[in-house]
Amino acid sequence: MSIVSNSLLKILIVDDERPIRRFLNASLGSRYTILEVANGEEAIQSAAVSHPDLIILDLGLPDMDGTDVIRRIREWTDVPVIVISVRNSEEDKVSALDAGADDYLTKPFGISELLARIRVALRRTNELEAEYAIFQSDDLMVDFVKREVCVNDSPVTLTPTEFSILRTLVKHVGKVLTHQQLIKEVWGGNYQADSHLLRVNVSNLRRKIESDPNRPRHIITEPGIGYRLKEIEAKL
Amino acid sequence: MQNRPDPDELLKHVESEETGRGKLKIFLGYVAGVGKTYAMLEAAHQRKEQGLDVVVGYIETHKRAETEELVTGLEVLPRKQIEYHNVTLPEMDVDAVLKRRPKLVLVDEFAHTNAPGSRHPKRFQDVAEILDAGIDVYTTLNIQHLESLNDVVAQVTGIIVRETIPDRVIDEASEIEVIDLPPDELLTRLQEGKVYIPEQASRAIDKFFRKGNLTALREMSLRRAAERVDDQMRSYMQTRAISGPWGASERLLVCISPSPLAEKLIRTTRRLADELNAEWIAVYVEVASKPENNPANRERIGRTLQLAEELGAKSITLSERSIQEAVLDYARKNNITKVVIGKPLKPRWQEIVTGSVVDQLIYASGDIDVYVISARTELNKPIIPSDWQPHQPIGRYLLSLGLVALSTLLGILVRGDLEPANLVMLYLASVVISAIFLGRGPSLLAAVAGVLAFDFFLVPPYLTLAVSDTQYIVTFGMLFIVSLVISSLTAQGREQAEAAIRRESQTNALYNLGRDLTSATDLNNVADIVISHIGQAFGREVVIFLPENGRIHPFASSPNYQPDENELAVAAWTFDHDQPAGRGTDTLPAASIRCVPLRTSNGMVGVLGVHPKESGSLLTPEQRQTLDAFTNQAALAVERASLAEQAHQTELLQATEKLQSALLNSISHDLRTPLVSITGALTSLDEQSESLDDENRRSLIVTAREEADRLNRLVGNLLSMTRIESGAIKIHSEPDDIQDAIGTALEQLGKRLGRHGIQVNIPVDFPLVPMDFTLMVQVIVNVLENAVKYSPENSLIEISAQLMDKKARLQIFDRGVGIPAEDLPRIFDKFYRVQRPENVSGTGLGLSISKGIVDVHHGIIYASARTGGGTVITIELPLDEEYSQ
Repeated sequence: MSIVSNSLLKILIVDDERPIRRFLNASLGSRYTILEVANGEEAIQSAAVSHPDLIILDLGLPDMDGTDVIRRIREWTDVPVIVISVRNSEEDKVSALDAGADDYLTKPFGISELLARIRVALRRTNELEAEYAIFQSDDLMVDFVKREVCVNDSPVTLTPTEFSILRTLVKHVGKVLTHQQLIKEVWGGNYQADSHLLRVNVSNLRRKIESDPNRPRHIITEPGIGYRLKEIEAKL
Repeated sequence: MQNRPDPDELLKHVESEETGRGKLKIFLGYVAGVGKTYAMLEAAHQRKEQGLDVVVGYIETHKRAETEELVTGLEVLPRKQIEYHNVTLPEMDVDAVLKRRPKLVLVDEFAHTNAPGSRHPKRFQDVAEILDAGIDVYTTLNIQHLESLNDVVAQVTGIIVRETIPDRVIDEASEIEVIDLPPDELLTRLQEGKVYIPEQASRAIDKFFRKGNLTALREMSLRRAAERVDDQMRSYMQTRAISGPWGASERLLVCISPSPLAEKLIRTTRRLADELNAEWIAVYVEVASKPENNPANRERIGRTLQLAEELGAKSITLSERSIQEAVLDYARKNNITKVVIGKPLKPRWQEIVTGSVVDQLIYASGDIDVYVISARTELNKPIIPSDWQPHQPIGRYLLSLGLVALSTLLGILVRGDLEPANLVMLYLASVVISAIFLGRGPSLLAAVAGVLAFDFFLVPPYLTLAVSDTQYIVTFGMLFIVSLVISSLTAQGREQAEAAIRRESQTNALYNLGRDLTSATDLNNVADIVISHIGQAFGREVVIFLPENGRIHPFASSPNYQPDENELAVAAWTFDHDQPAGRGTDTLPAASIRCVPLRTSNGMVGVLGVHPKESGSLLTPEQRQTLDAFTNQAALAVERASLAEQAHQTELLQATEKLQSALLNSISHDLRTPLVSITGALTSLDEQSESLDDENRRSLIVTAREEADRLNRLVGNLLSMTRIESGAIKIHSEPDDIQDAIGTALEQLGKRLGRHGIQVNIPVDFPLVPMDFTLMVQVIVNVLENAVKYSPENSLIEISAQLMDKKARLQIFDRGVGIPAEDLPRIFDKFYRVQRPENVSGTGLGLSISKGIVDVHHGIIYASARTGGGTVITIELPLDEEYSQ
């Protein structure tokens, strides 16, 4: 990751509220080149003409639904899309994620949270969903070659389903995965698994890898949407 | 005074002129074949040429070419085919007429009786409905069909006409045109075959079409028409205040009895009243000491009074000690000038014994005229259908004979020891017992049999009717007379007691209904009470229809009974016309339900339907009266309940308004406070940044940020509350991990947990609980936030989950200040905040949102005091058995 070249990266901000665009522009302008548009049509045009490296997209646009913007953009490009939207619209968020958005943030949000999401999304484009050989996050270590999971250096035994869930989460580390995305990856596209099967397995997985399953640190629940694996930087 | 028009008369006039009712024109003939239908069609063509919208509702041309020719050129509405016993009978389609809404419709044969299953039994009722709809009607009628002329026609021609119409119907006609044809000409037409005669009736018709008959009928119709012209003249003079020879107005009173002759009395009085142009009243007097118990007679009285009303009288029933007192008393109070009464039918000797009502009436009448009307006696056969005599089985007579036999047996055993005169008492006893328990007839039998048995078995010489001592003749005579008197007195007492019991049970039933209705709280309650009481009293299924947006809907009904489409139509008719309909009435009598309007002084409130459980018998007139009394009470109760409901709605509305103002207060206060802090912090940073040191700057920034967070949560809460209040909250309930929900809530609370210790106790393998995950996280956040707010720093907050029978129980314990016992049930109310720690901020919305959310999960949430101090909030959610492990 080269931080130096960041200012060359272009971010397209799509929001109809001028104050929000202004705040984003002020906060991100020093690190990235910012493009601003206020509606869906312009967003699609700008995405095609300016080739941004990342799009920050508000779901509530005056001219069209944000999810439709994602679908249109996804017809030709894999550019990372981070959705920003107000609370109480879990369904909209899920459909945006299922339509191809990479991540979402609930308004209002802190700028550090947004920066973290941007970093994760941009890294993914660079590394193209890196295949880890070994994944380390604080006390959790996953060795994909040996298919071994250790917590605090002591190995834990996972069922094949639990391991598959963990591997999927690691593959998309930092990014939210919807229930349906997880089920599709773990049980396969044709398998219509009940989401309760996923919940039971996540619950069991947490009991094995979290030091306090009542307050999980690794596998974070995004209410009404899905799960996210949080990468905790090792304390140096 | 005389010169001024009577306001009532004027009002009547206005009503007949200006109501939206259609006008009725009757083409009146004296017999079939005078050309009524032809004349009607000609008139219709004239109107059509004047540009009027004329259609034919029903015309019977009898295939006469000249008539048929006249029908062509007029629009003929299709007839309705009614299936009856596999025969299709064509009838006028009233609905088609109402739907077509012409200006004028032609309807032949006014007195026609409709096929069973039609809406009304009689065509004139169909016509009335058409007129009500504002459509003019032309119709045809023969004079012999008039109700009041019915018996005169029978006398003159010897033919009893079955199809009759009440006189008031033609009184209501705006115009009558007499179609006249001299009898000779008519007879010629008849011979030429120009008059339609049904083949099966041709012989009767031959008898009927005699010149004498025809002349009499012709005179009747011409006179009738002349009377009407006279009436119109008078009414014209009245409206224009022309003083004329209308004299002191007469008022007639006719007294009726259960006798079948009463109908004749009624008809005669009607003619008399017509001639005198007088108002008339029909009265039945029930003598209090001798109530009429024979159901057949009661029904006949009801029918007679109804006939009187049909003929334009007012009918009343009086209850008094004696007939003549009641009649004269009423007559004086109501300015009656003439009393009409029937000639007595009793033999003269009976009158001498019991007294004659006519004599007494004439004697005491003073200046009131008394008309005594004769009657032919052959009609004097009381028609008592056999099913009206359920209490007279042969068994009762056998029992009374058995009693006499028993007395005889006893008498034979002791006849050596006792004087025969004492043995007589045994027979008297059997007569009394028969009279009390078996009724009048059996006791009379016992009296006769007793005398014979006494003579045969107990008076020497035994076993023969011969008597040795003539003084026994006196004993027999006395025994017989005493037996008769006793039996008559006792039976009378018994009948009175029965009547009293019957009345009492009705009164009781009514009283019970009234009593229960006073305790009814709402409309559902009232409906249930009315349905169960009426159902019980009449042994019928009951349904209550109430209007909603002007249309009638079944509101409540007896269990296992639901009115069908047809019955609903009957109820709708009743509601629209404010008249009873269905079974036993003149409208839709083929329906299985009887509907009566629920009406109060303020108007219609609904419709009550009674439906026999099986195809049971009709209600007796007495039951109908009782039903009316029930209905009145029910209507009042329904009205009261509806009003109460409206009041309740208003109250709710007020409560909502109160809530809205509380919400406004909350918003103005709670939204502004964080805004004040934020604005203050930002302006300081903006305008005075030079004078601030790093620490102060940092503190301002933290304040602004925290207050912004608070504002955000507040807005979220207000939104949630609004969604819950408006019922817009949708839950996506899926089995989910309660541990995950708690963990997510703790994660969301983050720094707000401060330095409180959190301990979570959830059993391993706790089943998934069906819930909307996001909303349930919000519940836990709100409850935990409260626990944090009201408990000291560093105290421990415990969260535990337990499995109960088909329920998951989540409890949150704190060691806070606790909630006063009286506040415990109220803390889930909106904007409610326990008034203790002054420094605690919040809207008081959190817990009520939690309750709203738990409610939509069909769970419960409640607070209780924790032993050792603090509060426990308990949430119980139903478990889905499928996912219980």
